[in-house]
Amino acid sequence: MSGREPQSALAAAIEQNKRTERVTRAWLLAPALTIILAISILPLGITVVYSFLTPGTYGGVTWEFSTDSYVQFLFQRDIFDDTLVFNSAYVSIFLRSIGLALGATLGALILGFPTAYFIATKPREQRNIWLFLITLPFWTNLLIRTYAMLLIIRDEGIINIMLMKAGIISSPLTILYTDTAVFIGLIYSFLPFMVLPIYASLEKLDFSLVEAGYDLYANRLKVLFHVIVPLAKPGIVAGCILVFIPGLGAYITPELLGGGKKLMIGNMIAMQFGASRNWPFGSAAALILMALVILVLLLNALAARRGASNNG
Amino acid sequence: MADPTTAMPASAQPRQRRRLVRDLKAMPGFTATAWLCIVTLYLPILVLIAFSFNENRSVVLWTGFSLDWYAKALENDGIRNAAWVSVKIALFATVISTIAATMAALATTRTKKFAGQGLVYGIINQPLMIPEIVTAIATLSLFALVKKVTGLTGIGYLMLAHAAFCIPFAYMPIRARLETMTLTLEQAAADLYAPPLKVFTLVTLPLLGPGIVAGAMLAFVVSLDDVIITLMIAGPGETTLPIYILGAIRRGITPEINAVSTILVAVSVLLVMLLFLVQRRMQR
Repeated sequence: MSGREPQSALAAAIEQNKRTERVTRAWLLAPALTIILAISILPLGITVVYSFLTPGTYGGVTWEFSTDSYVQFLFQRDIFDDTLVFNSAYVSIFLRSIGLALGATLGALILGFPTAYFIATKPREQRNIWLFLITLPFWTNLLIRTYAMLLIIRDEGIINIMLMKAGIISSPLTILYTDTAVFIGLIYSFLPFMVLPIYASLEKLDFSLVEAGYDLYANRLKVLFHVIVPLAKPGIVAGCILVFIPGLGAYITPELLGGGKKLMIGNMIAMQFGASRNWPFGSAAALILMALVILVLLLNALAARRGASNNG
Repeated sequence: MADPTTAMPASAQPRQRRRLVRDLKAMPGFTATAWLCIVTLYLPILVLIAFSFNENRSVVLWTGFSLDWYAKALENDGIRNAAWVSVKIALFATVISTIAATMAALATTRTKKFAGQGLVYGIINQPLMIPEIVTAIATLSLFALVKKVTGLTGIGYLMLAHAAFCIPFAYMPIRARLETMTLTLEQAAADLYAPPLKVFTLVTLPLLGPGIVAGAMLAFVVSLDDVIITLMIAGPGETTLPIYILGAIRRGITPEINAVSTILVAVSVLLVMLLFLVQRRMQR
């Protein structure tokens, strides 16, 4: 009997300790969670509400329920008889953006994979220098980097001048304000996002597996695609997602290099909140963009789970 | 009849294999691609910097070295105001986000695993996962609503928005630092009857210092460089340096833009290099 008393006192003390820990944790988390919930997550809820309202005359919204924003995305209302006619304008902007982002992802993969492999096979000291060189542009202003790209691909830019001086072309190539310019700009902007995750998975690569491949008479190409690429797959997938998602929502690149004529989703959304003064439609378009992003992430999570259960 | 591969002279195969094994890691063209990446990443910026020192108005033809464009840029009131606005916002965002991130990092690493930890990570990293343009218009919608209801205006909105998206950047290095720190020293201090607050201020905080510095520097750089969110929510008189530069590019290209851009790039590069040194010291 007498033994039970201290035991319950101990249990109470442990319980008390746990409670203190919970309280401390809650206080420590409060500022960060409050700021992000109030300024980043609550607004998403407001965006959902706005997408079902009617645009105000001078921007903003009028509090009248309407699904016009989502209808407008696919159809145009005929002025005379109020029938809906399919309108491909906005769908085609989305498709263009998806195409450009996919193209840029592929381009970044073709450039980024060999680079990541090259860095991963360097001695440790050199690796850090290369990694620093790849990361540094990420921390410099994207607007300024895009402006720098604009300077060199202009008709009077350094690339055209050098090509003309070398006699390869006689009149300047028009790159700026075309899809090619946006494509180059997207690769240039997000290339580091491709290199870093692929490097992270290649760094752990066990080269005795590569040696085993060669021992079994595989040639370089076979070793690359049947040994190295499958082992680097998590990095490749992560890199592709990290390039595709910001590419899809890009604003600065199409704004500067596409000259505002070659719209992508990002510019289209910004326009609705600026000159077009259609906040509900802009909100709806932003939510559709977010749905696309979430879809990509979900597909990736599903594929990862399936891969894990196959291996297990 | 044997298949042609086995019919090959027996001596040829081992020789071929040995040659491959000697450069086990090499892949043809990979070195060239890596250099191509570096050139692609750096050439445009280097051209931009070079022409900020051009004597001529041209951003194409090099005529001679001069610092005129820097003098012009520094005398320009628009640029000076924008720089001041940028620094004010970045400082506020850095202080708020670093404090919030440090507290959150302590909560997620220094206590036992708890229910909802995944959700907490998700919320803290949320600003990184959503396209910036979506965050920008969503924040604009919220602020428009708040402004309408309270009638409050001012630079505070922009500061708060920056503080929010800086939190995950400040959080990353601080959490990384806490995860590599063992609890031994803190336990030793507690064993020697140091009260919890003293353990924290005399042991945990000094050890965590480099992580906090790294987090603060990342937050500052990210705030200083932001374009999209600032562009959507900035009111009149709240032009930051990147927004000024964007406007100037739309008006026409001048070497003055190159000069301001070079200064901004230099600030970011210096901070990131410092950060790199801090992190190397942390690893030792």
